Amino acid sequence: MLTCKKATRLMSDSLDRPLGRGERFNLRLHLVFCRGCRAFRSQIGWLREISHGFARWRGDGNGKD
Amino acid sequence: MTSAAAESISAFRPQMVKFARLQLQDDAAGEDVVQEAIEAALAGIDRFAGRAALKTWVFTILRHKIVDALRERSRTVQVSSLERDDESMDDTFDALFKANEHWRPDSRPRPWGDPHAALEQRQFWEVFEACLEVLPARTGRVFMMREFLGLETDEICSTLSLTTSHCHVILHRARAGLRQCLTQGWFGTEPAAC
Repeated sequence: MLTCKKATRLMSDSLDRPLGRGERFNLRLHLVFCRGCRAFRSQIGWLREISHGFARWRGDGNGKD
Repeated sequence: MTSAAAESISAFRPQMVKFARLQLQDDAAGEDVVQEAIEAALAGIDRFAGRAALKTWVFTILRHKIVDALRERSRTVQVSSLERDDESMDDTFDALFKANEHWRPDSRPRPWGDPHAALEQRQFWEVFEACLEVLPARTGRVFMMREFLGLETDEICSTLSLTTSHCHVILHRARAGLRQCLTQGWFGTEPAAC
C-alpha cells in the first residue's frame, strides 16, 4: 500500500517522466481514497501553470532585477 | 490611527510568525523579522492610507524583511550549508506526516481557493518570487531549469552532474516546498472576509 509521502514523490515524478504501469496503478488507487493527495496533485499541477505565468510576468518588466 | 492599526496587526501577528519561521527555518530569526516588519509598518502607517488591505501590505513588508535576512545569511554561510538547507527542507516536509507516512490531520493539503484569481494579482507574484528565493540555491536552480526553461530532466542532470534519481528528489523537494510556501504565504493567509 502506497503511503501519502511516497505518493507525493510519484505525483512529482509524473510531471518529469512517464510512470511505470505498477506505479500508475498504485497511485491511482491511492488517490481514490486520499483527499489530501488529490489536493497535493492539483497544487503541484498549478505550480507548473504558475511558473509559466511567472516567466511571462517577469518578462513584462516586473519584479526585481 | 496608529493604535488601531497596531491592534489589527497584532491579530494576524501569529500568522506572520508562522510564515517567517517557515521561510527562515529559525524561530528566533522569525520573531525578529516579524518585529522589524511591524515596526516598519507602524512607522510608515501614514503612507499606507488604505491603498491595500492592511494585512496584505504588512505581509509585503514582512516578505522584504525575510528576503533581506536571507541575503544577509547567504553572505555568511559555509559551503556545507548546501546540504544543510536541503536537510532542513526535508525535515519541514517530513513534519507534515505521521510516523506511518500519511498526512497529519492538521497538515493535510486542502484545495487552494481560486488559483486563477491569484494569477491576476501582482501581490501573488511577489509571494511566489519570495518563495522561490528562499529555496536552497541548487534546488531553486533545478526547479527553474525544469519549469521556466522547460528543459528535460536528463538535460538538467547532465548539465549539473547529478544522477537522474537525485534530480527527481530535488524536483520533488522544490515542489513540496513551493506548495507549502504558497499555501502559508498566500492561500492560507487570505484576509478574512469582513
